[in-house]
Amino acid sequence: MHAVNTTSATTATAPRLTWFTFASPANFHRLAGVLGPVCAVVAAAFALAGLWMAFFVAPTDAVQGEVYRIIFIHVPAAWLSMVLYVAMAFWAAIGWFLNARMAFILARAIAPTGALFTVLALWTGALWGRPTWGAWWVWDARLTSELILLFLYLGYMALVAAIDDTRRADKAGALLAIVGVVNVPIIYFSVVWWNTLHQGSSLTMGKEQHMASTMLVAMLLLTVAAWAYAFAIVFARARAIVLEREGDTAWARALVAASKKG
Amino acid sequence: MNGAVFLAVYQRDLRLAWRRRTEALLPVAFFVVAASLFPLGVGPDPQVLKLIAPGVVWVCALLAAMLSMPPLFAADHADGSLEQLLLAPGAGLAVAAAKALGHWTISGAPLVVAAPLLGLLLGLPAEELPVLFLSLLLGTPILSLLGGVGAALTLGLRSAGMLVVLIVLPLAIPALVFGAGASAAIASGLSASPHLSLLGALLIACLVGAPPATAAALRIAVE
Repeated sequence: MHAVNTTSATTATAPRLTWFTFASPANFHRLAGVLGPVCAVVAAAFALAGLWMAFFVAPTDAVQGEVYRIIFIHVPAAWLSMVLYVAMAFWAAIGWFLNARMAFILARAIAPTGALFTVLALWTGALWGRPTWGAWWVWDARLTSELILLFLYLGYMALVAAIDDTRRADKAGALLAIVGVVNVPIIYFSVVWWNTLHQGSSLTMGKEQHMASTMLVAMLLLTVAAWAYAFAIVFARARAIVLEREGDTAWARALVAASKKG
Repeated sequence: MNGAVFLAVYQRDLRLAWRRRTEALLPVAFFVVAASLFPLGVGPDPQVLKLIAPGVVWVCALLAAMLSMPPLFAADHADGSLEQLLLAPGAGLAVAAAKALGHWTISGAPLVVAAPLLGLLLGLPAEELPVLFLSLLLGTPILSLLGGVGAALTLGLRSAGMLVVLIVLPLAIPALVFGAGASAAIASGLSASPHLSLLGALLIACLVGAPPATAAALRIAVE
């Protein structure tokens, strides 16, 4: 009982803010507990507004008709899938060089969300490709590199999950993420090269076309929603991992005790 | 890098492989058997086989290299000698490089030698065979170097075999593209030299980058 009181007293005083304040799992847990729900609300609000714009305000495309509306999900998902891989590798590198526990946790928390967005991008791409190109899948450079990105995510998650020792899993995963991100440009270049050698450009995906401003607004709204969703879910997952790992520390016990009492 | 450790580990790996010759020949046996399955799968049409031959040979070489990767450090890790090896100054890099070179000498080089034969078996025209040989000569060391990183990362894990494949194959895609592309370029009347140059560049990048990564992974594994 005494221990609980002292810890709640220390956590009540606001920590002095430095670069490393939130490298402490306890501080991060509290910060993420505040920011996570905020991000979730932002995500929901922007998603609703964006979807309303996408389905009811944005005009029908002159060439593709209604089916083009998949773009509003497809493009944010594809952006996020790439950004999150870089973010994951960034935190992995921070963890590797500064030996920061929280950074490893963030890298691990980002991976499933990144993989999810990659799957979403591939899936919506297939749904879009079927009516417009007449094929679920073509071995286009962009599609292929997105698929390889999914493999990289899966490799990271499989490796981290296969190692029982937390510390070793963190470091091995970090090394793999860093090696992966160094290789991403080489892989992308090789896939573009392979694509131009093997098939003529029968399909051009990134054709420049004028976008109605409402389309652009809808896409931006949904991009913000996707970002906010990613933040919210990564915060929630990181909090869960923190509690899992710090379960035997005084502050975590106090937290659990407090939540049981409340 | 510790030269003495490098030489000692390399010679020891060769000697061990020589004492277990059947085991050392398994990768090339897998390579030949796997490539021979393709005509049975896609049919004996010479036109089709000729078209897919470089890709088949390359993919089979890739799989043969990856499947022979997990035992690379496993025995030394299990009996504790890896930990002792890493104690010497600068030994991590030396062990990583020696093991990769050893793997290439034992498992990679036989693949390079067998590749033209498989090419003939699949009906590849004679002028494409030297390119296939060259592309594998440049490419298989890349696979050994990248595979070393994967083997070190998965050291001692239950599912090491499949994990190495899952982790390393995406990273090996550029080598596959340029390697198989070299033969395809010849087939479509182009020069193979850009592909081979890029493959050479890739090999240099892997020579510089992979051993430090392997050494770091080994240190994590024995920590």
